[in-house]
Amino acid sequence: MATSTLPASTPAVRSSIGLKLLMAGSGLLFVFYVLAHAYGNLMVLGGPDAFNNYAHHLRTLGEPMLPYSGFLWVFRLVLIAALALHVYAALTLWGRANGARSTKYAVKKAAASSLASRTMRFGGIALLLFVIFHLLHLTTHTIRPQGEQPTPYANVVNSFDKWWLVLIYAVAVIALAFHLHHGIWSAAQTLGWTSTTAARRNAKFLAHFIGSLVPTAFLIPPLCILFGIVD
Amino acid sequence: MNLTLKIWRQDGPTARGELVTYQVPDISPDMSFLEMLDVLNERLNAEGKEPVAFDSDCREGICGMCGLMISGDAHGPEKTTTCQLHMRSFKDGETITIEPWRATAFPVLRDLVVDRTAFDRIIQAGGFISANTGAAPKAEAILVPKENADRAFMAAECIGCGACVAACPNASGMLFMGAKVTHLGELPQGQPERAQRVAAMVATHDAEGFGGCTNIGECSHACPKGIPLDVISQLNADMRKAKSGRL
Ligand code: FES
Repeated sequence: MATSTLPASTPAVRSSIGLKLLMAGSGLLFVFYVLAHAYGNLMVLGGPDAFNNYAHHLRTLGEPMLPYSGFLWVFRLVLIAALALHVYAALTLWGRANGARSTKYAVKKAAASSLASRTMRFGGIALLLFVIFHLLHLTTHTIRPQGEQPTPYANVVNSFDKWWLVLIYAVAVIALAFHLHHGIWSAAQTLGWTSTTAARRNAKFLAHFIGSLVPTAFLIPPLCILFGIVD
Repeated sequence: MNLTLKIWRQDGPTARGELVTYQVPDISPDMSFLEMLDVLNERLNAEGKEPVAFDSDCREGICGMCGLMISGDAHGPEKTTTCQLHMRSFKDGETITIEPWRATAFPVLRDLVVDRTAFDRIIQAGGFISANTGAAPKAEAILVPKENADRAFMAAECIGCGACVAACPNASGMLFMGAKVTHLGELPQGQPERAQRVAAMVATHDAEGFGGCTNIGECSHACPKGIPLDVISQLNADMRKAKSGRL
């Protein structure tokens, strides 16, 4: 049999499947993170004390083993590293996909794909822009439509009584919903956990469940504030 | 039936191509899609014009040689190969756009004919087993559990037509590769080379310029043999295990 020359070997992690595994691994970390974040946000419904205590507790978590805010910073560094990998893998794969079809079709139907699957790339960019805005708004307070506020609770409540701010957050949450609906299933498939019909069905169900649960939980506090149920 | 065809015409690999419009009257709904193109070509021949180049061989849906992008659907609107598609799937008076598979790894040779030897090179890299030839072993010498045999057969239905690549927004060859990895990986004969197989096939796939899978599912929908998306999961699992030394 004729043997072909082996292609120049790229490191396995830069192979298309290696990059996909990076996306899946970092993506799943974000899934756990948004679950925790959405749960934490619901503390707003418990009133100023509950929410301010929660915010304070996040900073004293692990004390005295860790310094004040220590846990939070470790957590942030892990998230930043995961984000860097997620974006790097996404851009590399996006570039390769563009290169893989240099001539486009004159007519092409999207016959089977979901809207969520087709909006992963631009949805991802929208989410990245939102994360930057969100950090400038409620972490660094560089963007401060709520003015100077004494407590975390006041920061939140005096932000989301503005309809346009709620609108920005709502759009981002919808983008997140799309990203989760396809991303969770896609991560399971990339990790090779969906090799049977039943496993595939379960992964899709889980993706739709978490993809609906997290956005709902994220939307409740801002809407409650906007409509004066919480103030 | 009277049809308007818009067909991609391109003189050679480096020539510039364009969509050319043809009117084809009096087409029987019982003709196959390729017979309809044969009718057009006979007329072009009679007029002294260059006929439209397209691939076909068995015309029975088993060899994988045919393959056209028909109004945006790989192999047309039915779940079958282009040669097994019939004109009754179209409406009288319809305009049909016919394009070659579009992928950098499948360069156009002429008109609707593309070079799919990239698939052959993926097979050469890992789509084989090593066995002694000579005396045929007894059929019952190696027992294969029914479920594994069924799954191997399901994956082995892949005819390598390339519709998965053509339909994929990323022009990825992973459904094809997944089918091969599953086909051989389900059988005892495929085990000795299992880890090298997946690594070599993926490396060749990437080097040939196919894109990465984003689990969208267009491939499986376009596949005339209905190969399911879970063979890509098996491919991913094999690659992960091969690279972590667990295969
Ligand atoms: S010509 Fe053989 S499958 Fe269509």
